Amino acid sequence: MKSLPLIFLGVFFTLAFSYTGIVLTSHFQMKDLTPVTAELVDGNDQPLAGRNFLVNGVTVKNTEGMTAYPLALVGEAQRGKAVYEQMGCLYCHSQQVRRKGFGSDFERGWGNRQSVPRDYIEQERVMLGTMRTGPDLTNVGARYPELWQYQHLYNPQITSPGSTMPPYSFLFEVQKINELTGPAAEALELPEQYHPGAGYEVVPTQRAKDLVAYLLNLSQDYELPEIKFTLE
Amino acid sequence: MSSKPSILESINPTADTSIQMKARLGEVDASMRQPAMLFLVSAVFWLLAGTVLAIITAIKATNPEFLGTTEWLTFGRVRTAHLNAMIFGWGNNVIFAVAPWIMGRLSRARIRHTNILLTAGIFWNIAVTIGIFGILRGDMVGVEWLEMPAYATPFVIITYALIGVWVVIAFRWRQSDHVYVSQWYILAAFFWLPWLYTIAQIMLIFEPANGVVQSLTNWWFAHNVLGLWLTPIGIATAYYLIPKVLGRPIHSYYLSVVGFWALALFYNWAGVHHLIGGPVPAWVISAGTVASVMMIIPVVVTAINHHLTVVGLHKEGWASPTIRFVVFGAINYTVVSLFGSAMALRHVNEVTHFTHFTVGHAHHGVYAFFTMIMFGAVYYMMPRLLEREWRNAFLIKVHWWMCGLGILLMVVALQIGGWIQGLQMNALDADGVPVYTFLQTVENTKPWLWLRSMSGLMILVGHLAFAINVFWMIFSPRTRDQVTQPTLLTPVTEEA
Repeated sequence: MKSLPLIFLGVFFTLAFSYTGIVLTSHFQMKDLTPVTAELVDGNDQPLAGRNFLVNGVTVKNTEGMTAYPLALVGEAQRGKAVYEQMGCLYCHSQQVRRKGFGSDFERGWGNRQSVPRDYIEQERVMLGTMRTGPDLTNVGARYPELWQYQHLYNPQITSPGSTMPPYSFLFEVQKINELTGPAAEALELPEQYHPGAGYEVVPTQRAKDLVAYLLNLSQDYELPEIKFTLE
Repeated sequence: MSSKPSILESINPTADTSIQMKARLGEVDASMRQPAMLFLVSAVFWLLAGTVLAIITAIKATNPEFLGTTEWLTFGRVRTAHLNAMIFGWGNNVIFAVAPWIMGRLSRARIRHTNILLTAGIFWNIAVTIGIFGILRGDMVGVEWLEMPAYATPFVIITYALIGVWVVIAFRWRQSDHVYVSQWYILAAFFWLPWLYTIAQIMLIFEPANGVVQSLTNWWFAHNVLGLWLTPIGIATAYYLIPKVLGRPIHSYYLSVVGFWALALFYNWAGVHHLIGGPVPAWVISAGTVASVMMIIPVVVTAINHHLTVVGLHKEGWASPTIRFVVFGAINYTVVSLFGSAMALRHVNEVTHFTHFTVGHAHHGVYAFFTMIMFGAVYYMMPRLLEREWRNAFLIKVHWWMCGLGILLMVVALQIGGWIQGLQMNALDADGVPVYTFLQTVENTKPWLWLRSMSGLMILVGHLAFAINVFWMIFSPRTRDQVTQPTLLTPVTEEA
């Protein structure tokens, strides 16, 4: 093995092989996925159900009047995703639910069905995550209300004592309560020990509002033709 | 031994001990002196910076209030800055110091136009600094191992190309008749990384792929940075230094060929095991699992070659800091790779996935294997580049014991803690209700994470000892004689 071209070719083809297999083949397998309604109809408006909705030669279209999922993020939620990315949330939180029977995702209430590739097609940046130092967030928007999200971000100990999540208090501002207009409408409700003191209030910055809007949008609480809710 | 003596002789870098040969190697060393020292000094600075970032991260993992109000140092950013400082700062700089030097020596080719190499090296470090600054500032990209913002990465690629090309040039115009196994690995690694990096940049940052194809590309890339960049360089360095210091040829030429091509074929496919159970086609996961298990072949083959070369020479090896570090790394390469194959099995992965077990595994590979071998290489290379000996044997011992024991403690703590974490996460009672709440599992990892912080402090002490010795050596006067013998910690008694 002395020849540079020989080593080069070997090195080239081994990498090209895995690139074709892992990246290109999955790309071609998944590139035609589109948002769909839970129910599909064929060319004659007859419902198509179950796993056989992609029938060769049959025009499959979404049922009229039903929302096609997944939804794309807009406005505050879209900006909030950038905050999520910049804070490195993905290093402790996954966004993928595994099937019932593999791990305890289902039993912990992290989702009522397995995540599938179609759930992610509207995302410009897919952050499946590889750690669960914190819980999975696939459906966090459906699991906790707005106030919980704000309090948890301000200081996780408020809602989850013993949590190792960092506080994101820098996404909030402590300000003096305006004597004329009274407390701000968006001021955060806080337990006494976390409250900045009489005469002061904690208000979320725009970034905190964006991030909470994003978190509240995190939900795979819909069925797709290829995946139905898992029953107990 | 299965190979012919003539081939053994021909591939053995220690076989030709003529004066002419030594003079030629001296010329290669002289040509690499400036660029290698630039990369080495940068690597040491990045190593220290990365260690400090690591310790901040480790403390935050148990005490989230620590520096909790500083946005730049929030966990997600400081952890990521640590990873990038270690891989692109320490790892790549030390590779740029060691790999071209080994390639030059084995090719008997001086590295010419070192001013280009020096300039590229300076800009490489500026690019990495901008990238890490960007991460801390909040411009980070949410793709694991590719977090540097898009305003830094084109410079990373260009400067890399200007550095890597010299390795190819040294090989292409080599003066030696024979090609040694280390040269294949180095050559392959220097081709693989730029392709991987460029494709990943395009498909993830500049023209993002659709949906979970991003995740597949991400793990195809990230695992191959380990498998096709750090690993081949680590193996190549071990293949070069073990016979060189111990004065014994490598065990088998034929095994090294098998090991090389099996690694090239299987490692490529292994990365998708990071997505087991995830929303990706099941066949991709199966392919990744098969490839991960097949990695046993190159790993065992390389293990036979490395370890059988050392067998019987443990006393001599122990006396040499280079061999201590390199053999420690080679043993850990075997262990971490077999662990990795096991972790790709679905039932093992069900426990280890998403836990600190994987974090322990990553440090096992990048530190206990790769970094320790690089330390060994630095202990061998610097006396030859600077023509002077290491100043202090005690500091070498501190470095060895603190880093060796430190990383073992870290891996054991994270993997035991991670395994328990995985079992507790999955545990269900007879009614299918989780036995432990999520916060209970978090609480139970804290003692192990605290041990991890302790191990980080040990490693910091080791790195400080190493850095002091490096700079002490650089600023001390040149000794009269050229260094021709390996550095020894204790005098070795001659055998009959």
